[in-house]
Amino acid sequence: MAERTGKYTLSFPSKPTIAGSAAVVGKKEGEGPLGKEFDKIYTDSTAGECSWEKAESAIQREAIIRALAKSDTAASQVDAVIAGDLLNQCIGTTFGLREMNIPFTGVYGACSTMALSLLMGSVMVDGGAADTCVCATSSHFCSAERQFRYPLEYGGQRPPAAQWTVTGAGAAVLKKAKGKVRITKGIIGRIQDLGVRDTNNMGAAMAPAACATITDFLNDTSTCPEDYDMILTGDLGSVGSKLLRELMVKESGVDISSVHRDCGVMIFDPSKQDVNAGGSGCGCSGAVVCSYIMRLLREGEIKSVLFVGTGALMSPTSSKQGESIPGIAHGVLLSVD
Amino acid sequence: MAVTGKEYEKMAQKASPASPMVKNFLMAYLTGGLICTFGEGLFTLYSYFGASEKDARTAVSVTLIFITAFLTGIGVFDKIARFAGAGTIVPITGFANSVASPALEFQSEGRIMGTGVQMFSIAGPVIVYGTAAAVVYGLIVWIFRLY
Repeated sequence: MAERTGKYTLSFPSKPTIAGSAAVVGKKEGEGPLGKEFDKIYTDSTAGECSWEKAESAIQREAIIRALAKSDTAASQVDAVIAGDLLNQCIGTTFGLREMNIPFTGVYGACSTMALSLLMGSVMVDGGAADTCVCATSSHFCSAERQFRYPLEYGGQRPPAAQWTVTGAGAAVLKKAKGKVRITKGIIGRIQDLGVRDTNNMGAAMAPAACATITDFLNDTSTCPEDYDMILTGDLGSVGSKLLRELMVKESGVDISSVHRDCGVMIFDPSKQDVNAGGSGCGCSGAVVCSYIMRLLREGEIKSVLFVGTGALMSPTSSKQGESIPGIAHGVLLSVD
Repeated sequence: MAVTGKEYEKMAQKASPASPMVKNFLMAYLTGGLICTFGEGLFTLYSYFGASEKDARTAVSVTLIFITAFLTGIGVFDKIARFAGAGTIVPITGFANSVASPALEFQSEGRIMGTGVQMFSIAGPVIVYGTAAAVVYGLIVWIFRLY
């Protein structure tokens, strides 16, 4: 049963195992620096479907099916799937899971959804509510663009701080049984809002939340950044990453720059791929964690990763009404036994 | 958090790279100028074939709108516009693209609730406030007997 460590951090004594994970991505992500890490690369961003929403559902389902296969788990053995995405009412997820007949609970954490679903899954597995959980998320550049920004063919320019929504999905199968990569701790983030209103600068809006969560975690566990092989943020991009490192020094005098990496910075090559400040979207950290990071952990190249998913909790309505963008960051500690 | 909103605003401004203004201005000047020159060329061509000045000007607008809608449909316009910026937005090409792109994008929601409803989602404000501005302009002309 999960126990509290300090004020905010949760410890999972049974250490739920990530028995298998899979990541599928679109063409642009496949052409990025992590291209060879992914399980499947869709060369056609429609995934053979007739709408972008259906395409997103298809890629999330594909990630889940592959993660189940890689962990030798049948869909019927899964006690719960905890998943979400960016689309209104989480239709990317619900329509993707419609035919899978697995008990489903939807979560919304904007782009922090991968961390949130892993966290919720760990609580369930550790607490005995489930033996096997699937944690998944997805995002699709085209479905996100039409919901949050402009039609795809609209001819506009993106400001340099804007990020590119990743087309991709990640899924991980959590089990009670012992295994190599385990989730030992987690932290539920607190909403932080320092008044950023620019929807083209999500990294700046989310960095304070990441700072709060990392600071809380380090304080609660009495550890320092060097105790981890990597502190991995979700999708702060180049602008948000810079701000996070500065904020950490200002807020608590802690320098995380030697171990800090960001999925949004890693997934694309900004010099060649025209993505401005980097990748974003639920699928960004979902795909990176469920492929590259899991491989590094499995192969023992790194032993501990504090994965902090970051999300911007705005909607097109709140932005039009002039509201600032609240940020959230949830964390899970991935460790090799 | 110890950092205040005001302090953070400054930090965020400093951390965010500025738009390449000189490059943007230059590209807008070149592409916008090119489109207008092309329009003048069309005007001369239509006039040469006997169109009156009024007809020739209308035909130029129609031609530019057609070319834009076509380039939007085959997925080329947005790629040009990423470099051209205001150069393609300010002339009638920008307006045509802002109508054609949602019309295409929202086809998946059907001809009425999709294309019909969303077609003017970007251009709508331009039409509304353009018309309103024209009314104000007309009133000023009428009040001061400028016609």
